[in-house]
Amino acid sequence: MSRLIWPALFVLAAVVPFLHPSGYLLDVGVNIMMWAVLAYGLNVMLGYTGLLPLAHAGFFGIGAYTTGILTLKAGWSFWLAWPAGIALAALAGLLLGLVAFRTRGDAFSIFTLGVGVIITLVINKWDALTGGNDGLNGIAPPAGLEEASRAIGLKLSGGFYLLALLTLALTVLIVARARASSFGLSLLAIRGGEDLARSAGVNVYTHKLRAMMLSTALAGLAGGLYATYVGFLGSAVTGPTTTFTVLLYLLVGGLGTLAGPLLGTALIYSLTQTLKGLQDYQYIVFGPLLVLLVMYAPHGLAGLWTRLRANRPARAAKTKEVSGA
Amino acid sequence: MLQQLFNALALGGVYALVALGLTLVYGVMRVPNFAHGGLYMLGAYLTYAALTGLKVGYVPALILSALGVALLAALMERVIFHPLRNAPHVHPMIAAIGVLFFLEALISHPKVFGPDFKQITEPLPGIVNLGGVTLTWQRLLIIAASVLVMLGLNYFLKRTLTGATIEAMSQNREGARLVGINTNRVGMLTFAISGALAAVAASLIAPINAVTPSMGEVMNLKVFAIIILGGMGSVPGAIVGAFLLAFTEVFGGFYISLDFADVIGFAMLVVVLALRPQGLFRKGT
Repeated sequence: MSRLIWPALFVLAAVVPFLHPSGYLLDVGVNIMMWAVLAYGLNVMLGYTGLLPLAHAGFFGIGAYTTGILTLKAGWSFWLAWPAGIALAALAGLLLGLVAFRTRGDAFSIFTLGVGVIITLVINKWDALTGGNDGLNGIAPPAGLEEASRAIGLKLSGGFYLLALLTLALTVLIVARARASSFGLSLLAIRGGEDLARSAGVNVYTHKLRAMMLSTALAGLAGGLYATYVGFLGSAVTGPTTTFTVLLYLLVGGLGTLAGPLLGTALIYSLTQTLKGLQDYQYIVFGPLLVLLVMYAPHGLAGLWTRLRANRPARAAKTKEVSGA
Repeated sequence: MLQQLFNALALGGVYALVALGLTLVYGVMRVPNFAHGGLYMLGAYLTYAALTGLKVGYVPALILSALGVALLAALMERVIFHPLRNAPHVHPMIAAIGVLFFLEALISHPKVFGPDFKQITEPLPGIVNLGGVTLTWQRLLIIAASVLVMLGLNYFLKRTLTGATIEAMSQNREGARLVGINTNRVGMLTFAISGALAAVAASLIAPINAVTPSMGEVMNLKVFAIIILGGMGSVPGAIVGAFLLAFTEVFGGFYISLDFADVIGFAMLVVVLALRPQGLFRKGT
């Protein structure tokens, strides 16, 4: 039953652009799916492995800027530049992991926060390559996307929507497969306790490195999509604020769950878009929300749902026992 | 050359005060308090508010700001970090990020202080000539005040009973509780001291640098780099790390490039962590 929910959801979502909704609605949809991919990347580390990396916006930036620079300055096709961006983000993740995993727990988070800031600084200062403060302007939509959209009776915005949907579906598929594999189980063992995992025969260092690469590759995937969709890149989006915002999405949705990253992103992103008054107070509200979530609902929306479902049969079993006695 | 030396000493003093608070809290509570930079920023704004709003002198303003931030930090411990003490260790970190977010957004909101920078005038304007080296009075004041505060803190930690309870708790939490130390009170006290130190440091450097809502972010990263360098929770490590970073920044900025100064600390951090992951002053983990 639950195996059918995800495909059904994606098929339903794929029908949306054919109903000719407003451009605004499609834009919100693309943004939600794009940021959800980044949230899935963060979830691999924080939700499954139990480590809090704070450089994810940086890797998002590496993916975005690689895609942007290769298409704008080197004249590559987007379809080649995007994978290159993903590969570079994963490689950078590997390099960071090689050093950062020498530290444990808290120091790891602090260290990655520092690296995130370095990435943003480098992007901001390296004028010749990244355009510095002015950023990169005029990144073209993927070649052929407009023609392909027209062929199925959609505008370019509809094409972008479907591209984002495909990206999201691929992400969910990869994460779900990874989670179910022995690799995913090893990550959960690491989350439960590194020493215990090691004594059970899990190669902790290698698995953490792999998780990091998967996580940063997903960040790069989201970044490349962002570059071509928005068409403009500035260094601000690669900074800690983006990491924190995505962290909030993830916490609201539910750490370590498959539905959580999408749920949280959809809810918080659409809330900030619809409640215009909220935008001025956005972070004044988000900050305490983050605190309240970890204190009272650390498993987020998806956690509430599982708890409700878990409670129901338990209660039923209890009543049976009572009546049996 | 000597000029740069004094600049580095002043900067190192400020870094040391902020880093000491952070390392004390880490030692006692095992919480990397990401909100520490927020407290530092708040300290500068409270001093500014006391100077312009209450029209008090620089020293009373500094004391008021230290008290205010200390109170807030103690409250934070009670309401947020104490209830989270047994949660997975990423939870208090995320909560601290939430607090940092909140403080920054609150201060930069147009109805509070707004996003523009504020200027605090120097309490002792002018320069002083020390054997051929010209220094501003403010820098000299920073050096003197930070040394004084550090000596006071050292006396408190080593020579008083209350101070000893902080050390005891950072060495062994359970042991401290077993010998009858009220760990709740020590936790609050440590947070209060850490907040006060951050506020003092911010008020000292504020007349030289502008006061902005984002000043806490940069400082946050630097002091975290410092305490990782010095070994998390180590008091002498924090002081040595602070001066090490200040000297590398000032001389790196002087001899190499100013743009480079902000990155140099992190470059140093990467190198040290690659060679000695537990920091310079801690044996194994």
